[in-house]
Amino acid sequence: MLEVKELTKSFGGLIAVNRVSFKAREGGILALIGPNGAGKTTVFNLITGVSHPDEGTILFRGQRINRLQPFQIAALGISRTFQNLELFTNLTVAENVMVGAFRKSRVGFLRSVFRRPGTTKEDHSLYREAMNLLVQLGLAHYADQPAGNLPFGQQRLLEIARALATQPQILLLDEPAAGLNPNESRELAVFLRTLVNQGYTLILVEHDMETVMSLADEVVVMNFGTVLASGVPAEVQQNTEVIAAYLGDEEEEAC
Amino acid sequence: MGSKKNLLLIVIAIVVFCLPLIIESSYYMSIFIVIGLYAIVAEGLGLLMGYAGQVSFGQAAFYGLGAYAAAILATRCQWPPLLCVCIAPLLPSMVAFIIGRPILRLREHYLVLATLGFGIFVYVLFKDLGTLTGGPSGLTGIPYLNIGSLTLVTDQQYFYLVWGALGLTLFGMANLTRSPIGRVFKAIHTSERAAEAVGIDTASLKLQAFVLSAFLAGLAGALYAFWVTFISPSPFGFTSSVEFALMVVVGGLGTLWGPVLGAALIVGLTEFLRWAVPVALPNAGGEFEIIFFGIIFVLIMLFRPKGLLAIEKSSVAMSHPTTLRSTDA
Ligand SMILES: Nc1ncnc2c1ncn2[C@@H]1O[C@H](COP(=O)(O)OP(=O)(O)O)[C@@H](O)[C@H]1O
Ligand SMILES: [Mg+2]
Repeated sequence: MLEVKELTKSFGGLIAVNRVSFKAREGGILALIGPNGAGKTTVFNLITGVSHPDEGTILFRGQRINRLQPFQIAALGISRTFQNLELFTNLTVAENVMVGAFRKSRVGFLRSVFRRPGTTKEDHSLYREAMNLLVQLGLAHYADQPAGNLPFGQQRLLEIARALATQPQILLLDEPAAGLNPNESRELAVFLRTLVNQGYTLILVEHDMETVMSLADEVVVMNFGTVLASGVPAEVQQNTEVIAAYLGDEEEEAC
Repeated sequence: MGSKKNLLLIVIAIVVFCLPLIIESSYYMSIFIVIGLYAIVAEGLGLLMGYAGQVSFGQAAFYGLGAYAAAILATRCQWPPLLCVCIAPLLPSMVAFIIGRPILRLREHYLVLATLGFGIFVYVLFKDLGTLTGGPSGLTGIPYLNIGSLTLVTDQQYFYLVWGALGLTLFGMANLTRSPIGRVFKAIHTSERAAEAVGIDTASLKLQAFVLSAFLAGLAGALYAFWVTFISPSPFGFTSSVEFALMVVVGGLGTLWGPVLGAALIVGLTEFLRWAVPVALPNAGGEFEIIFFGIIFVLIMLFRPKGLLAIEKSSVAMSHPTTLRSTDA
């Protein structure tokens, strides 16, 4: 469904992503793991058009999307969340999700000038859609609060709700469980499972090995911009290089 | 709360309607007409600056393009004036559409410089394209506007026309800024990156805001041309562009009435100082007016940095979701 081939990106002298290749299968969960600075977020940025690769190809359903702009890529059905939360903090929780659903609503500029606000069918359906998603993520009772007032963990969930509002086919989640307590983490894992059952494809960056191993169908391990190992979780867990480079480190880091 | 707001609107409408009936001095009448014209320009610029987050220091050029287009169509092509008023704003809109893509890609002070340069360029064109624009001495013989058999001659009539146009502008802006698009503009304000990530073509929305701002400036320009029946380049220069931007900022970015208040304040203050400074300081030159003008605006920005009408506690939670929920339940 989504395939990256030999993706390379450097910033100045630093090669942040070095000939990275992997394939996300439709309806699967692919986990991208690796220590801080490994290049995971950069891979997400390349896929979603925030920056463009120096070399390599990104294929979505066989179509090259290397040179497209972020909004065009989103329109194709690739949606993402941000590791460093990019919520619309001046809007309410519900409005954040409504903005996520805006693209589909086809509200025109000129028509908005001549229509009384709050009376349009589009606005009602945007709100209903938003509430629907907020219920699924357990955020419904926050709906009318400013997004910036949410507790940190809930802000992460709101990022997911907003991304889902675009009705994507594939969802890229950048450390969705960071800042969640173990309970919330488990609930999130269950929710991600239901998303896959509904037909979504997921790629997620995650540090918590327990979550990764229980959730992912496939794991790609990155270190210093390169792919160290990839395969099903059990396989990767046995890989000595991975244990040395990452899993061993994690004990010390203990985020 | 809604009915209180409606009441206030009705009061404002009645006051505006009565103004020409009370005021007899044509000097005061013309001040109110100018306020109305500038408020239309400022409303458009307010959309661009307060919602699309883009600065323009070239708005007087669009104002001038509207005025010249209307004047040229009416005098040289002999088109009916009302048709000119409708067609003329399309010229600045088209210009904005063409220059918008490259220019809006610039950010902050680069955008300031680019729009400023554009404004000066257009101003020079007004001056140097003599055969078309009449050069520095301008274009005369613009006919009065007529609507059917009614010819608008008096300042009172032009007042109603201009403030009617301002009323429509406010109606449109209120609709737009409270629509889903208005919400999207607010979103772009906090995170353009996130807006793009949910599939919003931010460049295109900014361009549309730019075109609409140029259209409104052009409309005000066209009305101006038929009111004064004579135009020259001087009102469309750099100073006016700065004043338009000032009106928006002083009134309050992202507010509906801010630009109107800003326009009233700046026009009113300019006229007041022109009268008061010579009275208070008989020997002072014209530059003293500018100094006082500057001091007053520095004070306003010091005490109300977000503008006079801005609500300090950000604009979170527009009436929307709540009103919608009550109908849903
Ligand atoms: N826009 C950028 N400019 C310069 N360096 C960057 C930029 N983005 C990421 N990097 C660098 O690239 C490397 C990979 O970063 P990142 O992709 O964020 O890692 P991860 O998400 O795996 O923690 C880091 O060394 C980071 O400093
Ligand atoms: Mg990262």
